[in-house]
Amino acid sequence: MDVTETLLPGVGFRYEFRTVAGTPAALVVHREGPVDLVVYDSRDPDRARSVLSLEQDEADTIGELLGMRRVAERFADLSREVPGLRSGRLTVPTGSRWDGRPLGDTRARTLTGCSVVAVVRGSEVVTSPSPAEPLHAGDVLVAVGNESGLEALADLVQG
Amino acid sequence: MDHVATLLVELGLLFLGVAVLTLLARRFGLSPIPFVLLLALALGEGGLVGLDTSEPFVEAAAEIGVVLLLLTLGLEFSAAELVTSLRRHLPSGLVDLALNAPPGLVAGLLLGLPWQGAAALAGITWISSSGIVARLLTDLGRLGNRESPAVLSVLVLEDMAMALYLPLLVVALAGGGPLRAAGGAVLAVGTVLVVLAAAHRMGHRLHRLLSHPDDEQVLLRVFGLTLLVAGLSQAVGASAAVGAFLVGIAVPASIADRARALLGPLRNVFAAAFFLAFGLATDPGEIWPVLPAALALAAVTTVTKVASGWYAAARDGVGRAGRLRAGTVLVARGEFSIVIAGLAVAAGAGRVGPVAAAYVLVIAVSGPLLTRLVDVVPGEPSQAAAR
Repeated sequence: MDVTETLLPGVGFRYEFRTVAGTPAALVVHREGPVDLVVYDSRDPDRARSVLSLEQDEADTIGELLGMRRVAERFADLSREVPGLRSGRLTVPTGSRWDGRPLGDTRARTLTGCSVVAVVRGSEVVTSPSPAEPLHAGDVLVAVGNESGLEALADLVQG
Repeated sequence: MDHVATLLVELGLLFLGVAVLTLLARRFGLSPIPFVLLLALALGEGGLVGLDTSEPFVEAAAEIGVVLLLLTLGLEFSAAELVTSLRRHLPSGLVDLALNAPPGLVAGLLLGLPWQGAAALAGITWISSSGIVARLLTDLGRLGNRESPAVLSVLVLEDMAMALYLPLLVVALAGGGPLRAAGGAVLAVGTVLVVLAAAHRMGHRLHRLLSHPDDEQVLLRVFGLTLLVAGLSQAVGASAAVGAFLVGIAVPASIADRARALLGPLRNVFAAAFFLAFGLATDPGEIWPVLPAALALAAVTTVTKVASGWYAAARDGVGRAGRLRAGTVLVARGEFSIVIAGLAVAAGAGRVGPVAAAYVLVIAVSGPLLTRLVDVVPGEPSQAAAR
C-alpha cells in the first residue's frame, strides 16, 4: 500500500492512502496525539467525507490492534527533526526472492544507504532487527534514509 | 467599597462577561473576539458604564496579552514547517500579500490617514486570523481535506512575514526622516535574522536553560524570559510584540510543544484583557462614521482573500469546490489585526483604532459564516458534528 505523507503546518501530518477496494482515505495525526480517520468524498475527492476522531490512547489501542503500533509515526517525528531524512514503509511482496531469507542478504544498507529500523509482522514489531532476522512475505520494513535511497530500497525489496 | 474591592468586583464581572460571550460565540461557531470587542466598546470611554478602577489594570494586562499572543504564535510553527511552506507556497504567500495589503493601504489613504496609519491598515487587511482559521478547520472537519495544507501554509507564511512587517511598521510609526526610517528598518530586519541564526545554532543551550521536569519551572522560565526580551526590545524601540515573537521562534521544538500547552490558559486570560483594553480605549462614537468605509473594505478584502486562497489551493491541484473552501476559510481577520491596530494607536495613529475595530467586528463574523455557507450550499450537510 502506498502511503503519502503530507506536512500540515501547525497541526501535524496527514497520511493518505487508497484501499484495494478503491476508497481514498487518510489519517490526520495531530502533533498532540489525537488521530482523525478520514474518507474522501466520491463526488468531491478533495473533501474529507466522514471523520472518526480518536484521542491518543484510543489511537494507540487501535494501532496495536491493527498491528502497526504507530511505529511509522515515531519515525515520521524523526524525519521531521532531521532535514533531508525520510522514512518509508515497504511491504515484502508474496513470492518475493527475499521470502524466508535473512534481512542481511538484501544488503540494503550497502546498496541503498538506508537503514531498516523495524520489521512489522502482523501484530509483532521487531525493532532494530539484526541482519540474521528472517524476512517473510507480508512483512513491512520501516526504513530511514534519503529520498533516492528509499526509492532504491523499494526497488530492491519489491522488485 | 474600597479600591481593592471595586477593582476585584469590576475585573470579576468583566471576565465573567467574557466567559458568557465566548460560550455564546462558540455555540454559534463564531470567534469570541468581535463580541468581546463589542462588550468593551459598550463600556469604557464614551460607552455606557465607565470602568475607572479596573481600566489601568486591564491596560497593563493587555501589554502582557500582546506579548503572549505573539509568543504562542512564534511557538506554533517549527523551522521545518516554515521551510516546507516556503518551498511549496512562496508564490501563494506573495499573491496573498499583493492582493490583500493594497486594499488596506488605499483605504487608509482615502480615509486621510497618515501614510504610516495606512501602512498599519494594510497589515490589518493582509493578515488572516490563524486562531479563527485553525479553529474553523477543526470544527468543520476539514483538516483532512486536500486544500488544508495550502491554507495552513499561507497562515505560516503570513505569520513569518509578520516578523519582518511588525518591526518595519514600528519604525515607520516612530516617525523621523527617511534616513532614520531606513536605518531603523535595516536594524529591525538585522535583529530578526540574528535571532533566527542564534536560535538555530544555540538551540540546545536554550533547551538546557528552559527545560526542567517540573511544569511550573518551564512555565515560569519561558514566561520570564519572554517578558524580559519583550521589555528589552520595547526599550530599543522595536516593540515588545516583536521581541516576544522572536522568543517564540527561538524556543526549540523540544520545548515548544510543552510551552504551548502550559502557556495556553495564561494566554487566553491576558489576550481577553488585550481585546478588552483595545475596545475600552476606542470611542464607540468614532465607529459609526467609519462603519461604511469598514464595510466596503471588508467586502473588497473578502474577495481578495478568497482569490488568494483559491490560488494557493490551485497550486496543490485542488478542485474548484476545495479552492472556494480554502479561499473563504482564510477570510477571517482577528487577533493580529487588533495587535497591529494596537501598535498603531500606541504610536499616536489614533484614527486607525476605530477603523480596525469596525473592520474586525464585521469580518471576524462574516468570514466564518461565509465558509460555513460554502460547506452547506453544494448539497451535502457538513460533517462538523463528528468532533
